[in-house]
Amino acid sequence: MRMNHETARTTRFARRKQFNRLAIALSVCAMLFGMFWLAWILWETFSIGVSSLSMAMLTQSTPPPNEAIGTGGLANAIMGSLLMVALATFVGAPIGILTGVYLAEYDPRGKFPGTVRFINDLLLSAPSIIVGLFVYAAIVVRFREFSGWAGAAALALIVIPIVIRTTENMLMLVPAGLREAAYALGAPKWKVITRITLASARAGVLTGILLAVARISGETAPLLFTALNNQFWKASLSGPLANLPVTILQFAMSPYENWQQLAWGGVFLITLAVLGLNALARMLSREKLK
Amino acid sequence: MRLSLNLSNAFADRLFGFAVRGAALLTLALLSGIIASLVMGAWPAIREYGVGFLTHNAWDPVREDFGGLVMIYGTLATSSIALLIAVPVSFGIALFLTELSPTWLKRPLGTAIELLAAVPSIVYGMWGLMVFGPVLARYVQQPAQSLLGDVPFLGALLSGPPVGIGILSAGIILSIMVIPFIASVMRDVFEVTPPLLKESAYGLGATTWEVVWHVVLPYTKTGVLGGIMLGLGRALGETMAVTFVVGNMNQLGSVSLFEPANTITSALANEFAEAAPGLHQASLIYLGLVLFLITFTVLICSRLLLMRLKRNEGKRV
Repeated sequence: MRMNHETARTTRFARRKQFNRLAIALSVCAMLFGMFWLAWILWETFSIGVSSLSMAMLTQSTPPPNEAIGTGGLANAIMGSLLMVALATFVGAPIGILTGVYLAEYDPRGKFPGTVRFINDLLLSAPSIIVGLFVYAAIVVRFREFSGWAGAAALALIVIPIVIRTTENMLMLVPAGLREAAYALGAPKWKVITRITLASARAGVLTGILLAVARISGETAPLLFTALNNQFWKASLSGPLANLPVTILQFAMSPYENWQQLAWGGVFLITLAVLGLNALARMLSREKLK
Repeated sequence: MRLSLNLSNAFADRLFGFAVRGAALLTLALLSGIIASLVMGAWPAIREYGVGFLTHNAWDPVREDFGGLVMIYGTLATSSIALLIAVPVSFGIALFLTELSPTWLKRPLGTAIELLAAVPSIVYGMWGLMVFGPVLARYVQQPAQSLLGDVPFLGALLSGPPVGIGILSAGIILSIMVIPFIASVMRDVFEVTPPLLKESAYGLGATTWEVVWHVVLPYTKTGVLGGIMLGLGRALGETMAVTFVVGNMNQLGSVSLFEPANTITSALANEFAEAAPGLHQASLIYLGLVLFLITFTVLICSRLLLMRLKRNEGKRV
C-alpha cells in the first residue's frame, strides 16, 4: 500500500519534470524560430543585394524595362527619398519636440494633455497607408497633382508622433531637482526647458529622431499616392518624385529582369540604411545610460 | 537694463508657451483632420451602400458595383493566422529571455528580436515574394496537396495554384513581423513580476513551466493581452509585405489558404492611385475608414487592458 503511494508520487513527479522539459524545449524552439527568420531574411537580402550592387546604381537614373542588366541605376530614387526624408525630419522633429515638451513640462496631469497623449497614441498606431489617404485628400486633391511635397508631408506625419512619444518619455526621466535648482536661480521657464531639461535629455531625444528617420526611410505605403514615382532625375519637390520604396515595389512586381535586379539592390540599400540608423540610435541611448 | 531683460524673458516665456501649446493643438487637429477627410472622401460610397458595404461581395469598377467583404475577410483572415503563429512563439521567446537564457545572452538575443521589428516592411515583402513564397509552395503546399488533396475539407483549404501566394503566406510573413512587438511586451511585463512571487513558487518545488504558467502569466495577463492587441493592430494595418504576397485578387470563391486574395491595405495600395474619382475612389476610402475604425477599437481595448494592469500594480504594492 505504502509502496503504491510512493510510486504514484514519483511517477507524478517524473511527469511534471518531463512536461517541464518539453516546455523548455519548445521555448528554445520558439527562440530559434525567431532567429531563423531574421537570419534567413538578412542573408538573402545581403547576398542577393551585394551581388546586384554596382557603381551605376548610384550614378544613373532608373532605366526603361527590359534593358541589359547592369545599365541604369537608382540615383533619382535615392535622391528623391533623401529629399523627402530630410524635409519630413526637419518639419516633423521640431513639432514633435515642442509637443513633447508641452506634455512633459506644462501641466503633465491635465485633461488637455491627457487627450493629446491619447490621440498621439492613436496616430502612432494608425496604419501608415491611412496617413497617405489623408495627405492625398488634403494636399494632392487640392493642388491637383502628386508631388514630393505631399510625400514629405505624409512622412512628417509619421515622424511627429514618434518624436512626441520619445521626447516626453525622456523629459520625464530628468530629475525634478535639476529643474528646481534652475528655477531657484531665477531662470525663466523657457531657459530652464531649453538649457536644462532638453539639454540633459538630448541623447534620448536624438535617439527618438533617429528611430523616426529609420522608420520613414523604409516607409512605402504613405508615398504610394502622395509622391507617386518618377523615372527621371529631379532635385525639386514639385510634381511626382521618384523614391526608393515605391521604385522597389514597382520593379519587384515587374517581370523584367533588369528591374528586379535593381529592386534587390534597392532593398539592400534600404536595409543597410535602416539597420545602420537603428544601430546608431542604440549606441546613443547606451551612452546616455552610462 | 535689468527691467528690460525681465520683460524680454517674460515675453520669451509667453512665446515659448504659445509655441508648445500650438504644437500640441496641431496634433489634435491632425486626428480630427484625418477622420474628417476620410468620412468626406468616403461619403459617396457611404450614401450609396450604407453599412451593407461591409458584407457585400462584389468589386467591379466597370459596372461601379462595390462591396468590401473580400478585403475585410482578407484582412481579418491574414491577421488571425498571424496571431495564431505569433502568440505562442512570442510567449516562448519571452519565457526563454526571462527564465532560461544565461545573462550574457539576454541582451544580444533581445536586440536580435528587436531587429526583426526594424527591418522595413518592403524588405519582408520582397523576400516573401521572391524567396519565401516559392519555398512554401514547393516544400509545403505541393506535398500537402498530393497527400491530402482528396480529403474533403482539408483538400479545399489547400487547393490553388502552387505559387506560394495567398492568405497563408501573407499570414506567415505578418506573424514574423509582429513577433518582435508581442515578444518584447511579454518580456517586459514578465520582468516586472515581483521576484518574491516567483521565488516562493520555486521554493514550493514548482518547475519553471509551472512558475511561468501558474504565477507569472496570471499576474501579467492584462499586459500580455495588451501586447497581443498591439501586435494585432500592427498586423491589420501592415501594407507592403501583404501587398507583395497576398495575390491581389478580388475574389472570395473558396476557403483555400493558397488562393490569391486581397486585404484592405493591399487593395488601397494597388488601386487607389489609378482609381477614377467617384464611386471607385470613395469605396476605397470607405475601406480605409473601416480599417481605421478597426485599429482604433483594437488600440482602445489594449489601452484599457494596460490601464487595468497599472491600477492593479498600484494595489498590490
